[in-house]
Amino acid sequence: MAKYAFFLGCIAPLRYPGIEKSTREVFKALGVELVDLKGANCCPAPGVIKSFSKTTWLAAAARNLALAEKEGLDIVTICNGCYGSLFDAAHELHEDKNLLADVNKILAEIGMKYSGGTKVRHFAEVLFKEVGIEAIKAAVKKPVDLKAAAFYGCHFLKPGKIKNLDDPENPKILDELITATGATSMPRLQKMMCCGAGGGLRSQFGETAMKLTKANLENMKAGGASVIVDVCPFCHLQFDAGQKDIGFNFPVLHLSQLYGIAFGMNAKDLGLDVHITPVKL
Amino acid sequence: MVTPKPEFTAEIAANGGSSLMLCFQCGTCTASCPSGKNTAYRTRKIVRAAQLGLKDETINSEDIWQCTTCYTCSERCPRDVQIVDVITALRNIAVANGKLYEGHKKVAANLIKVGHTVDNNDKIKALRKELGLPENPPTVMDDAKAKADFDKIIEITGFKKLVG
Repeated sequence: MAKYAFFLGCIAPLRYPGIEKSTREVFKALGVELVDLKGANCCPAPGVIKSFSKTTWLAAAARNLALAEKEGLDIVTICNGCYGSLFDAAHELHEDKNLLADVNKILAEIGMKYSGGTKVRHFAEVLFKEVGIEAIKAAVKKPVDLKAAAFYGCHFLKPGKIKNLDDPENPKILDELITATGATSMPRLQKMMCCGAGGGLRSQFGETAMKLTKANLENMKAGGASVIVDVCPFCHLQFDAGQKDIGFNFPVLHLSQLYGIAFGMNAKDLGLDVHITPVKL
Repeated sequence: MVTPKPEFTAEIAANGGSSLMLCFQCGTCTASCPSGKNTAYRTRKIVRAAQLGLKDETINSEDIWQCTTCYTCSERCPRDVQIVDVITALRNIAVANGKLYEGHKKVAANLIKVGHTVDNNDKIKALRKELGLPENPPTVMDDAKAKADFDKIIEITGFKKLVG
């Protein structure tokens, strides 16, 4: 059985615990074991924290990588931000021995060491590459009849040159993961546009963030979608919390929640009650 | 009249923005920027100012904080300039020079306080319990020794002092 260190991040466990719960259940159903990465800290967030101090960002990320290395497990994240931070930090540390040595001087102060042995994976990538579409289709108990707007977000596939998961401008991974449940992935303009939340925009320049959110929602509506399916709790938050003020009411589902529905999970266990935009499917 | 200040360009390079000098000002970044469509942020102009070493014009500008780090610019850059890394370097230098926004400080303060960018609350605790999850996630939030280790990283990397 494949086994990963489960990195929870911040927004999923502390704002949308249904995403955490759904992921646990969905991976169990697919025969993938998730071991909690106990004592982990924030990835740290690429927007504000990396913008404030790359040194702090890298050392704190390295602590998470070292915790997983100690368990002998690769990390799986359920958030593009966590994936972006941890993947980029691992990439920098694995490419630059001097940087790794500098970070290890900091980790030594807390009795830890990172040797460069942790791979960082995004849960959608694990689903697509390790579990596979056929196994997912086989696990579907209640085919889903929904018109979905696949929302990739930014840090899942980009920077494309170091992530190498799919064409970052015209990807298919998420569309295929969505259609495996029976849902339809609807086309739309500017499919890869940012939700608006990233880079510290949501916390300081909310109006700019909302302009991007609105443009995305308009494109989704024009494309005929009836639900948003994301792979990032931060995009999830931006759409869920933001759209009511501008006249949209798309239910927002994290891919793990869509799978929860398709795999026949109890609706209560998806944690949809906490969503600001009601989810009535 | 603009006097280039190479020492600032070198500082950006030392902070991870070394691909900066490859830029030949084609403007693909500006044309690709979703934030720039809605704000005064012009990616190409910021990169040019950074190339010239214009410290005050870049680090004091709100524009460098309008980047969502979506990477569309760097994906399309024909010169392979790592533009998000340049922006991150400029932001790090701005913050080191005391240019911090309140909204960002709140996020950083949460990180210092609980090891996460957002704190737990009663509503979430109740929902977690209902879902069969522990009230606090099994992270630094639920492990005093892990939090103390994290605090030490925050301390020795100077983050606390930086946020003020």
